[in-house]
Amino acid sequence: MAILIIAEHDNSTLKGATLNAVAAACQIDADLDLLVAGAECQAVAEQASKVMGVSKVLLADHSAYEHQLAENLCELVVELSRNYSHVIAPATSNGKNVLPRVAALLDVAQISDITSVESEDTFQRPIYAGNAIATVQSQDPIKVLTVRGAAFDAAVAEGGAAEIVAIATVCNDELSSFVGEEVAVSDRPELTAAKVVISGGRGMGNGENFSLLEKVADKLGAAVGASRAAVDAGFVPNDMQVGQTGKIVAPELYIAVGISGAIQHLAGMKDSKVIVAINKDEEAPIFQVADYGLVADLFEAVPELEAKL
Amino acid sequence: MKVLVTVKRVIDYNVKVRVKSDHSDVDLGNVKMALNPFCEIAVEEAVRLKEAGSAAEVVVVSVGRKACQEQVRTALALGADRGIHIETEASPESLNVAKLLAKVVEHEQPDLIITGKQAIDSDNNQTGQMLAALLNLPQGTFASELKLTDGTVNVTREVDGGLQTVALKLPAIVTTDLRLNEPRYASLPNIMKAKRKPLEVKTPADLGVETKTHTKLVKVTPPAERQGGITVSSVDELVEKLKYDAKVI
Amino acid sequence: MRESMEFDVVIVGAGPAGLSTACRLMQQANDAGQELSVCVVEKGSEVGAHILSGAVVEPRALNELFPDWKEMGAPLKTEVTEDRIYLLKDDQKSSKIPNFLVPKTMHNHGNYIASVGNLCRWLAEQAEQLGVEVFPGFPASYIIYGDDGQVAGIGTGDMGLDEEGNQKDTYMPGMDLLAKYTVFTEGCRGHLGKELIAKYQLNAGKDAQHYGIGIKELWDIDPAKHEPGLVLHGTGWPLSFKESEGGASGGFFLYHAEDNQVVVGLITDLNYDNPHLSPFDEFQRMKHHPLIADTLTGGKRVSYGARAITKGGYNALPKMSMPGALLLGCDAGTLNFSKIKGTHTAMKSGMVAAETLFEVLKISNEGGQNLTAYGDNFKDSWVYEELYTSRNFGPALHKYGTVIGSALNYIDQNIVSLPFTIHDNYPDYNQLKSANAYSPIDYQKPDGVLSFDKPSSVFLSNTNHEESQPCHLQLSDYSIPLGKNLIMFDEPAQRYCPAGVYEVIEGEKGSKQFQINSQNCLHCKTCDIKDPTQNITWVTPEGGGGPNYPNM
Ligand SMILES: Cc1cc2nc3c(=O)[nH]c(=O)nc-3n(C[C@H](O)[C@H](O)[C@H](O)COP(=O)(O)OP(=O)(O)OC[C@H]3O[C@@H](n4cnc5c(N)ncnc54)[C@H](O)[C@@H]3O)c2cc1C
Ligand code: SF4
Repeated sequence: MAILIIAEHDNSTLKGATLNAVAAACQIDADLDLLVAGAECQAVAEQASKVMGVSKVLLADHSAYEHQLAENLCELVVELSRNYSHVIAPATSNGKNVLPRVAALLDVAQISDITSVESEDTFQRPIYAGNAIATVQSQDPIKVLTVRGAAFDAAVAEGGAAEIVAIATVCNDELSSFVGEEVAVSDRPELTAAKVVISGGRGMGNGENFSLLEKVADKLGAAVGASRAAVDAGFVPNDMQVGQTGKIVAPELYIAVGISGAIQHLAGMKDSKVIVAINKDEEAPIFQVADYGLVADLFEAVPELEAKL
Repeated sequence: MKVLVTVKRVIDYNVKVRVKSDHSDVDLGNVKMALNPFCEIAVEEAVRLKEAGSAAEVVVVSVGRKACQEQVRTALALGADRGIHIETEASPESLNVAKLLAKVVEHEQPDLIITGKQAIDSDNNQTGQMLAALLNLPQGTFASELKLTDGTVNVTREVDGGLQTVALKLPAIVTTDLRLNEPRYASLPNIMKAKRKPLEVKTPADLGVETKTHTKLVKVTPPAERQGGITVSSVDELVEKLKYDAKVI
Repeated sequence: MRESMEFDVVIVGAGPAGLSTACRLMQQANDAGQELSVCVVEKGSEVGAHILSGAVVEPRALNELFPDWKEMGAPLKTEVTEDRIYLLKDDQKSSKIPNFLVPKTMHNHGNYIASVGNLCRWLAEQAEQLGVEVFPGFPASYIIYGDDGQVAGIGTGDMGLDEEGNQKDTYMPGMDLLAKYTVFTEGCRGHLGKELIAKYQLNAGKDAQHYGIGIKELWDIDPAKHEPGLVLHGTGWPLSFKESEGGASGGFFLYHAEDNQVVVGLITDLNYDNPHLSPFDEFQRMKHHPLIADTLTGGKRVSYGARAITKGGYNALPKMSMPGALLLGCDAGTLNFSKIKGTHTAMKSGMVAAETLFEVLKISNEGGQNLTAYGDNFKDSWVYEELYTSRNFGPALHKYGTVIGSALNYIDQNIVSLPFTIHDNYPDYNQLKSANAYSPIDYQKPDGVLSFDKPSSVFLSNTNHEESQPCHLQLSDYSIPLGKNLIMFDEPAQRYCPAGVYEVIEGEKGSKQFQINSQNCLHCKTCDIKDPTQNITWVTPEGGGGPNYPNM
């Protein structure tokens, strides 16, 4: 058995999501080959070769792969796939774009967004926006999977010494072409993409007090969110709302400040990796889901937190 | 130009799903079903193309049980011209859906195919891409903007960290993201008119497609409930824990 | 410019009454080979989405409407096998009322435990097959009157307005649906029905209408404890019936339905006088009574909802016809409170209406007449008979308390008919005493196993309203909640609303603010009924908004 993993990168650096995919693949007893397809991406291949657990790096370096266009990349991967038992990509926008195409050409199913590896053919994945977990068994000869990064701790990025093999195959069918890209530049990350989110509830008292949270957010590179109660009270605009009717977030760290923790809010953030709650009401339901709870007056605790970061 | 739009019948996004107590699946008994939100956006985009004079005909197609004709009717009420229902068992796998749709495309020869990027029940995010692969057509997934020019469509895609624009040779497949448009409401007269628009029913056999089982659903469980953690007594302790235990800052 | 469409009959509300009217109309038209255009508008996102009932359903009307409903697959599957009635004496003790003492109206032999929501889903399918246009997601938001003061149709609500009423990008104007006859079947406390009753003085000479609020949950229970067909009713604790604790009456129900599910609910009469009372919390603590807790323990709550119930019965039943329109079912108040059943009577009121309407439409193409014949036809039907014989039930309970009242009812219904009618003419909204008259009730914190808080309950109702739209809970006077209700009654809306829509929040430096979380609204109509100054008017929100009840 051998596994082919499609690396996520921007032609100069290997992206973290690749390491999570490697970690998921490591749970299957097989050789791991990492495909780096891009243009002038030798540096990426070198980084990839150091990742622990990788046996071989396949480097397809050609301008046709520069922008990860699904059509070209797919042909390349299908070409390579025949020798593998599993084809894996991180569930990033690139992975989601190209991998179903690969699966269809291999005439196999794709199992999307896996969050756990039960065995070499059985996986768990969230369905219904995470409100249920399906355990799915593949009956195909080649298992095609995308991996939800947050569910697997990253593989160690340094210390390996995998061989780099150049792939000469060039797939360039010119069905599609790259026109341009716009990288989102914002001082603060978007709520749904942020690694850290700090949200305020009705306990904030008014909209001005959200500046306390912004200061902490600036230090942590966090996005600022709010509970519906804070939105309904007119403290902040609706697009900041996290919850059932607002945005669903799953950052590494979620700090809930002055939020009671009604189920409607929890529905929007319960998949966060670490939850911190700051609230002066020790009975607040938010403490039942918080990894770290601090019973305190937010108007003292938040500035203190900011000072100590 | 002809536009083909695919639509799926799914649980309404307002309804909380509940896992059956025997863990065989989620319970969909008598719950409100609706047009998948991403498919609704796909229909809206096609109808806008028609209203703008770029498209001459909008055909909607849905794969599933008889009940999904209701969603085809909804799409017709939103402005599509004609419907096709491919009758199968409840929720066929994405690859089988793509194979059935591929036959419809071969038959209908549309210039543009618009699908939702994913269905909010299975959350697969596969069908559009698979359809593109089977037909060897270019794909523009997660679209937040479409621009048609002679023989090509420029698709602005929502990708991690920003936007990417690609040019696709027509015929092409586009899958919709949330920001592509805000769908309209169906009006009463249009709902009534939709009842009289043509709706053709086909079976996989009619299309000459033999579907295969690729995966087995072993079980469906509710997500693990989050457990409360510890109470810290000071901001100092909190910062300490976040830095050294949780390692998130 | 609003567009309009014309129909022979427009029906407002796809409940048992409206759908029975529609089906019966079309059956007659199809039999007679006459063309008839009938449409039903429904504010819920689908038929059944806003229906909340018990329910033990008496199939009498259904037998008449679709004699072979069983073969046709109507969702009445669980026949009642056993009735038990209890008096809850306190939070631990209960006693079962011996069968021979149970009023005969509470015997349920031959009835079915069913979801009225699912019954309506099924009736809507039949209606569509018969040729009725059913439009879920379209509330009737106002009445259109003709030049001669007759009802000429209804207007559906605009979609895509923001909080201030400005048009958003998605704006779609509502439509005028004009009809020869309009049938109002909005259920308990319909907001258009309320307007009609006032405009045509339909309740002149009648007793004040009375209401209760029913709060209900659906539970998956341990299969070992499940006894399909078992029906439990009872009264007593936790609603106090001692004068010193305020006069709250009501009763609970627990039905074993199919698929290892039970429904459990509490109806609290809305004439209670203690402003500290919270029907929601009464229900939550009631579930801790061993009689109920034993059944629920080990189970899981699946759904939650609330709906007001019209219970004034015969004495409060308004005139049901007016020029160009009929007011039927619970919108008028055809529920038989001695049985706590309104489905069969609502259906029958609709079937009689359909027959009356068809008689008229057969011969005259003109609409807008006052269908006074309805009154006579209704009188000749079994619904009238049923309501008349149980006319003393509610008033007796109100006036004499649950115990003596029940005794009188027992005599009235089982032994001899009382030769007099008991009247209860105090509307529910002006019953509240001042907050100082009673001390606040100490409700226990929910344990998260048997009892729950409001947010997690509302969550299970699947209720939602488009974020940005005009508030559908309108205050006539913005100063009343804080200026009057808070001072006199500790703003009872905070407690009688089963969805936590109304909140008094404390701002900085003790300042207070009255907040309406209209998104949570379950369309139960309690606020419209119970607000002590009748300051709150419930109007229809944007179509499709509100709960999405499955199987309720
Ligand atoms: C807790 C509880 C327990 C009950 N138990 C029983 C029981 O055991 N047995 C029994 O027989 N009955 C029972 N009932 C009573 C029974 O549910 C009602 O009598 C019956 O549903 C009344 O039917 P209806 O058609 O008049 O109104 P409803 O069932 O209330 O239907 C009205 C419909 O109209 C719609 N509507 C309202 N306003 C508008 C508008 N403006 N525009 C468009 N649509 C609108 C509503 O959304 C709804 O769908 C119970 C009721 C409650 C609340
Ligand atoms: S706001 Fe009024 S109608 Fe809505 S749930 Fe509360 S009491 Fe019922």
